[in-house]
Amino acid sequence: MAQIDTRGMSCPQPVLMTKKALEVNSTEITVLVDSKTAKSNVERYLNLTGYTVNTVELDGDANTFEISAKK
Amino acid sequence: MESKKGIIFTGAVIGILAVILVRFGNPVNMGICIACFIRDTTGALGLHRADVVQYIRPEIIGIVLGAFLMAFAKKEFDVRGGSSPFIRFILGFVVMIGALMFLGCPLRMVLRLGGGDLNALFGLAGFAAGIIVGIIFLKSGFSLKRTYKLSKLEGYLFPMFNVVLLILLLTAPAFIFFSKKGPGSLHAPIWIALAVGLIVGVLVQRTRLCMVGGIRDAILFKDTYLILGFISIIVFASLGNLYFGFYKLGFTGQSIAHVDGLWNFLGMALAGWGSVLLGGCPLRQLILAAEGNVDSVITILGMSAGAAFAHNFSLAASAQGPSPNGKIAVLIGFVLLLIIAYFNQEKDVKASVQGGVKIGAN
Repeated sequence: MAQIDTRGMSCPQPVLMTKKALEVNSTEITVLVDSKTAKSNVERYLNLTGYTVNTVELDGDANTFEISAKK
Repeated sequence: MESKKGIIFTGAVIGILAVILVRFGNPVNMGICIACFIRDTTGALGLHRADVVQYIRPEIIGIVLGAFLMAFAKKEFDVRGGSSPFIRFILGFVVMIGALMFLGCPLRMVLRLGGGDLNALFGLAGFAAGIIVGIIFLKSGFSLKRTYKLSKLEGYLFPMFNVVLLILLLTAPAFIFFSKKGPGSLHAPIWIALAVGLIVGVLVQRTRLCMVGGIRDAILFKDTYLILGFISIIVFASLGNLYFGFYKLGFTGQSIAHVDGLWNFLGMALAGWGSVLLGGCPLRQLILAAEGNVDSVITILGMSAGAAFAHNFSLAASAQGPSPNGKIAVLIGFVLLLIIAYFNQEKDVKASVQGGVKIGAN
C-alpha cells in the first residue's frame, strides 16, 4: 500500500502526488492532508477515479486528515 | 457549498454582482478585476504615479475580510508560510505584468467575455496555452516545497492591513491619491462595492473558486468542478450585461481593452503559466492570504510591486495597445518563468514510491 504525505503542499500538488502514487500501486492508498481544500480535492479525485474513500480526522488538529482509499 | 450547484451558484452571483457594480459606476467589464484593483490601490498609496489608476478599491478589502471571517468561523484559518516566498513574490510580479499587458486578471478576462469583448478570446487562448505549459512542468515534478506553521499574528496582519486600507479610504487623507479622471475615477459607492466584495469573499472561500484551477483540473484530472464556476460567470455576466444594456459584441471600441491579438494572447499566457506555478489565480491568492497563507500575502505584494513597476516604467498596455517596454517586460517574464519552472523540479515521485514505501515524508 502506498502512503503519501501531502501536508504543507499547495494546490494541486496533493492530488497530483496521489495520482502519481496510484500509477505505481493502484489498489490501495493512504493520503495525509492538512487543509480542507486538499481534503476535498483528493477525495473528489479518488471518487472520480472509482475508489471507496474513508477519511478520518487526526486528533489535535482540526485541519489534518488521513484519507484511505481502496478499489 | 462544495457541490456542483454551489460553484455554479457562486459563478452566477459573481457574474451578476460584477455587472451591478458597473451599473453603479465601475468601468465597463470591470465590476471586479483583482489585478486592476490591486494596481489601483497600489497607486492610491503613491507607489506609482499614473494619475488615472489610483483608488483604494473596496472590493479587494471586502473579498479579504469576507474570506477571513468565513475561514475563521469554519475553523479553516490556518497560518502557514515558507514555501519559496521570494519565488512566489517574483511569480506574483510576473503575473501582474502579464495581466497589465492584457488589461485584466483572469477574472476580468471572463467578465470581458461576458460583456461581448472578443479580444478576450485571444486572452482565453493564451491563458489556456499558459496553463498547459504550466501543467507540463507540474507533471515533471515542479514544486515550490512545503509550507510550515507560523505564529497567529503573522496571519492576522493581512486582514488588519485591509482594515487600515478601509480607514484610509473612508477618511481620505491628503497623502492618499484618488484619480480625478480615467478608470480610477470610475467606481461604485464605497458601501456597495464593499458589500459585493464581502459576498464574493465568503462564497469563493467556501467553494474554492479559481480561474486557473478550472482549466488546470479539467486537463490534469478530468475534474470539471472548478471550470463550472468559470463558465457560470461568463453565462451570468452575459445575461446581466444584456439586461442592463452593457453588452457589446465585437473587437473595437471595447472598454479598457486593446485590439492587439498577439499581445492579448501573450499577456494572458504569461499570467496563466505564472498562476499555475503559484497554484491559483489572483482571486484565489487573495482568499488564501485571508485564510492565513502568508505565501499568498507575499504573492500579492509581488503583484503590487509588479503593478508599481508597470506604471513607473510604462510597461502596462493601454486602450491604444501594448507599449514597447511592456513587450520587452512580457518576454523577460517568460524567461523568468522558464528559469523558475525548470529549477524547481523535484525528482519524479514515481521512483520513490516503488515497493510501497512512504513518499513525501520529511
